[in-house]
Amino acid sequence: MTFPTKDDLIDFVYAEARMLDEGRYTQWLESWMPDGHYWMPLDYKQEDPNLVTSLLYEDNFMLKLRVERLNGARTFSQKPKSRCHHVLQRPFVDEMDHENGRFITNTAMHYVETRLDEQFLLALTATHELTLDQGILKIANKRVDLLNSDAAFGNIQLLP
Amino acid sequence: MSGYMQDQKAIDGLVRSHQVHRDIYIDQDVFRMEMRNLFVNTWVFVGHESQTPNKGDYFTTQIGDQPVIQVRHSDGNIHVLYNRCPHKGTKIAIDRSGNTGKFFRCPYHAWSFKTDGCLLAIPLKKGYRDTGLDQTESAKGMKAVGAVKNYRGFIFARLAAEGVAFDAFFGDSLSSIDNMVDRSPAGRLEVAGPPLRYMHKCNWKMLLENQTDTCHPMVAHESSAGTAVRLWDEMGQKGPTPAAMQIIAPFMSPYEFFEDMGIRTWPNGHGHTGVHNSIHANYSEIPGYMEKMVEAYGEERAKQILGESRHNTVYFPNIMIKGPIQQMRVFIPLAADKTLVESYIYRLVDAPDELLARTAMYNRMINAPTSIVGHDDLEMYERAQEGLHVDGLEWVNVQRLYEEGEDMETEAVVNGTTERQMRNQFHAWLKFMRAPGSTDAQVAAQ
Repeated sequence: MTFPTKDDLIDFVYAEARMLDEGRYTQWLESWMPDGHYWMPLDYKQEDPNLVTSLLYEDNFMLKLRVERLNGARTFSQKPKSRCHHVLQRPFVDEMDHENGRFITNTAMHYVETRLDEQFLLALTATHELTLDQGILKIANKRVDLLNSDAAFGNIQLLP
Repeated sequence: MSGYMQDQKAIDGLVRSHQVHRDIYIDQDVFRMEMRNLFVNTWVFVGHESQTPNKGDYFTTQIGDQPVIQVRHSDGNIHVLYNRCPHKGTKIAIDRSGNTGKFFRCPYHAWSFKTDGCLLAIPLKKGYRDTGLDQTESAKGMKAVGAVKNYRGFIFARLAAEGVAFDAFFGDSLSSIDNMVDRSPAGRLEVAGPPLRYMHKCNWKMLLENQTDTCHPMVAHESSAGTAVRLWDEMGQKGPTPAAMQIIAPFMSPYEFFEDMGIRTWPNGHGHTGVHNSIHANYSEIPGYMEKMVEAYGEERAKQILGESRHNTVYFPNIMIKGPIQQMRVFIPLAADKTLVESYIYRLVDAPDELLARTAMYNRMINAPTSIVGHDDLEMYERAQEGLHVDGLEWVNVQRLYEEGEDMETEAVVNGTTERQMRNQFHAWLKFMRAPGSTDAQVAAQ
């Protein structure tokens, strides 16, 4: 069977969530295409990442900065560190286009983040746009829609 | 417990020239008095006119702890009404914005009101015949706030029926709003999308003070701004400068830069950083923008408008604007230890989209609950909110570059690392806390 199969795509999404939960950020950054964006809209069904505010719309440099910062000696909001946990529903594979190397999955998740005595839960839908880079699956773009994206939040410090 | 509600004079003892008592941040009675006096007596920001562009458009928010509706009436004017049915108290609108048509209709008993608040109709009205309903407040309709002013599109309201006039309250500080609006070739701003909403478990005044605290960026934000600078160096500074560098890296500027930036204070608690220079001064030029500005204003005036680099302008009591990038942060007090921060961005009408894109980027990088800059600020506020409970060490110091005999009733331009603006805010705080606010015209007139 041609790589990737539907199972390969689903396994990839699970593996990515596990990387984030285990804090394997170097490996996580390597699973991105260099021009990819991680987008978390602010508005329900938001279409434009540029001319209105989003919670996140980060390129490779910002994502690198974000994860580098987590390990800094003077990263005060991460002393002590936060921990996170993703629970995934089995991803839908919405698009499998081998010819153009374009694969899209849609995954419902519950995300829990904790630090000190605080813990919060976010319900979200992640849309992964995956592609092949020298035969290896990579994230071309990722969109995370929080169910309550328009609610007032305290700090969300790790990556849902 | 603390008794400030019973002994209003005790409030005077909380503010000294160089330090303030921690009860200002943690005491529930002080908070209640802020809601009853300070937020009633002052002019408080409500919304932007572009949030209610058409007749019947409304937007819900709060002034202090009072729920209000900003609504565009049939004559085109914007009214600010308390969000409460005069019948049983039901909130008339609970969505954040919408269009109500020609009138509001309470969903409980169908009392209806014109969009200026006047009572329009009551079902089964004959049941009130000879009951004296017309003598009650309920018959007057939805109550309006004391006074409303639309200043270049920004809607402010004073809950008190009588009190300080708008122009007297803001004075020359309005020049910062002017500069922000003048940056549009059409002289007009429009809100761009919904605001970021960020919950802070701290007192609202900590946020306000931080807006002109120029001694914290290079310390508290070293983890984000410092790491950005280091990463870019390690990458050999190859290729186009990442957008993040323009926005975040200036936070690491040395103390001297912030000293030279300058701070201006105005009477009534208003003030701004960035008199001579600022961290917003060196953003790259956007093609086509200067041409549009010159076309609209002439070269000299256009250069004058864009030559201002005011960093943060605080409008007391609870907003901050960034003129050069068309942003507003609103610090909505929810409790002594709880503040909702809403961060808006505005489009410069007739200016290239790239300007708005940079503004949106700044907002999400700095003001979002997911912001690596915001995280460290909130960490500091929340640590302070908890630390202030230490007994026996009960004063907060605001003494930096304090000068004997400072007169907050006159404008001043001073060294950019002064805490004079914080002292200015507390001077105004005391002034507007002293007068009991009244939202009742008759009481106020007595």
